[in-house]
Amino acid sequence: MCSCLPSQSDYNEEKLIIRFETTRLDSRRPLVEARQANVIRIYENILNNSNKKRIALSGGAAAAEALKQLEPDVMAVYPITPQTTIIETFAKFKADGEVATEVIEVESEHSAISACVGSSAAGARTVTATSSQGLALMNEILYIASGMRLPILMIVSSRALSAPLNIHGDHSDVMGARDTGWIQIFSENAQEIYDNTIIGMKLAEKVRFPVMAIMDGFNTSHCVENLEILPIEKVREFVGEFVPEQSLLDIENPVTFGPVALQNSYFEFKVNQEEAMDDVANEYLKIAKEFEKLTGRKKDIFEAYQIEDAEQVIILAGSTAGTAKDVVDNMRGQGKKVGLIKINLFRPFPRKEIIEALKNVQSIAVMERAISSGTYPPFYQDIMTGLFQFGEKKNMQSIIYSLGGCDIFAKDIEQIFNDLIANKISNEIKYIGI
Amino acid sequence: MNKELTKNFASGHSACAGCAFPTIVRTILGESPDPVVISNATGCLEVTSTLYPYSAWKTPYIHSAFENASATISGVERAHKILSKKGKAAKKIKFVVFGGDGSTYDIGLQSLSGALERGHDFLYVVYDNGGYMNTGNQRSSATPYGAATETTPTGKESFGKVEMRKNMMEIVNAHHIKYAAQANVAYLSDLKKKAKKAFETDGPVFLSVFSPCTNNWKFPTSQYVNIAKLATETNFWPLYEIEDGKYKINWATEKPKELEEFLKTQGRFKHLFSEKNAPVLAEMKKIVKDEWQSLVNKTEE
Repeated sequence: MCSCLPSQSDYNEEKLIIRFETTRLDSRRPLVEARQANVIRIYENILNNSNKKRIALSGGAAAAEALKQLEPDVMAVYPITPQTTIIETFAKFKADGEVATEVIEVESEHSAISACVGSSAAGARTVTATSSQGLALMNEILYIASGMRLPILMIVSSRALSAPLNIHGDHSDVMGARDTGWIQIFSENAQEIYDNTIIGMKLAEKVRFPVMAIMDGFNTSHCVENLEILPIEKVREFVGEFVPEQSLLDIENPVTFGPVALQNSYFEFKVNQEEAMDDVANEYLKIAKEFEKLTGRKKDIFEAYQIEDAEQVIILAGSTAGTAKDVVDNMRGQGKKVGLIKINLFRPFPRKEIIEALKNVQSIAVMERAISSGTYPPFYQDIMTGLFQFGEKKNMQSIIYSLGGCDIFAKDIEQIFNDLIANKISNEIKYIGI
Repeated sequence: MNKELTKNFASGHSACAGCAFPTIVRTILGESPDPVVISNATGCLEVTSTLYPYSAWKTPYIHSAFENASATISGVERAHKILSKKGKAAKKIKFVVFGGDGSTYDIGLQSLSGALERGHDFLYVVYDNGGYMNTGNQRSSATPYGAATETTPTGKESFGKVEMRKNMMEIVNAHHIKYAAQANVAYLSDLKKKAKKAFETDGPVFLSVFSPCTNNWKFPTSQYVNIAKLATETNFWPLYEIEDGKYKINWATEKPKELEEFLKTQGRFKHLFSEKNAPVLAEMKKIVKDEWQSLVNKTEE
């Protein structure tokens, strides 16, 4: 195994348990203890319904499982922690002859995404996976992929950015790519990254935009959990065959990809691209509904948890949602009207829908695992814009937490709710955990 | 224009009069027995052939960025491998990259190295004009010693570029590819032969083609073939092949012309003929002589 896993010896038994407590994702499911972070299939149990199979996988292996099922034509990858669980699992599928995918082991992430651009323009179903510095290195080509309207799927195990070097989870990398014209979907746990990999591929090919399906590095990518997987044929039927509108391999109808567009046409191209992005949320919802029919798992642009009569609400994305739901349940037990909004679709940002959900809320804390240097972090900015636009005046606290994999505990989240209740809200960004 | 000649690359592009690369592109692609798909690095060829809403390319073409033309073709080639197996694409297609020396020797070197090492079935063509000509003549690692560019200008304390050219053929050969050749736009039958051989070879192959730049080398547009010819006749740009690691020189003369005959045709070397720069000229002649001898030695190994 790679040297970058949290070594067992770094944690005493008690702390190890706390760590998994804080990162566990669904309190109503038994947590399988993670000893090895790569693929450990602890058991496979076919439930009475043949549509579903229960399996224990790390988030990375769950994404790889979904990739195997939708069987991309081409996968171009370069290793980086904590993305390796995905590509190693997939490499084994390939070695065992379970997938026909052409895997290109390129010499950098820049070349990984560049090969994806070539492959997708050639009409192949195309995927990649990365983290952190790798995503930052891809940045230039991310704009080219979206500008060419190429439906590439990228699995991201989100991680901190250097300097100083840190291999652990936060959202700095994906937030740095939020303006690149990619669709971004966050996942709470292994089940969700499995689901979002399948949904993301179908969405990409439907709307002709590249998609990032994001899970939290280590918290999700390396923790083994129970999840339900679909039979392979159901996934293939759901995602369907990729039929490109144009392809480099269509010799009879030659197309020039990536021309020069000057002052008289560039602007129009970019506005057209943005108009197409406006339809993405609707298409996402349609696909999510179809997926719900297939699996029984509800999918939405965001998850509203105990929000109907909530007075205090936390908004966040990713693996912390599991712990936050526990806190909401406990505090509800004490008669406190608290709730949670977990952002799933972040780009395009569902501003109107989120503001609508916040209508009767008194105060909000927006928790983020990224800094936007010199200003407020991304979710806060987007939500504040929405509130102002829709004439909603709310007290809203910006909170930054868990940078570089720093722990967040239930008691921290409870404190945040209690501060909201006590109206201890300021314009200053609060940093939790330092 | 001749229909056969323009079947892949049309007339009506906006390259300068007296530019060498349209000839290079047409000559090479004309030797492909199969349809071709092009990946082009950012540069003169790209901007002069794809100005929206026009394209000079009558064959599938992709331009992604400056440094990634080889990685891009890697993706296209592997997509073809699987899609042709699935019956979704024609069985026989050739994949060709065109890049200038900037996108080959400098910014795209890693991407090229990766694609060569992985063994993709493609032809990489560098049209080498010894500098960043699209951005207005800045030095690259292919700029010859002594040449004046906008970023290595001559002056009281400067005679132009101080460093020798990078030996790209050696770098490429170090990847154990089956075929690499150096050619020149002035020797079209040699170029054709090399392109044909390249297309017949499985796996990655490399052609380095001398491509004079009228604008930035500063010579009249009518002269590009003559100047290119002088480059080979003075041993400044030898024509040779490396086949399975074996070197072969394709053109040689008992009495090569003096290097000055090549240099004096271009404004970029004008300063070398001053008294002050006599040692620079002498050094330049020594470099050319040594490199030729080193090449001859390799053919005898």
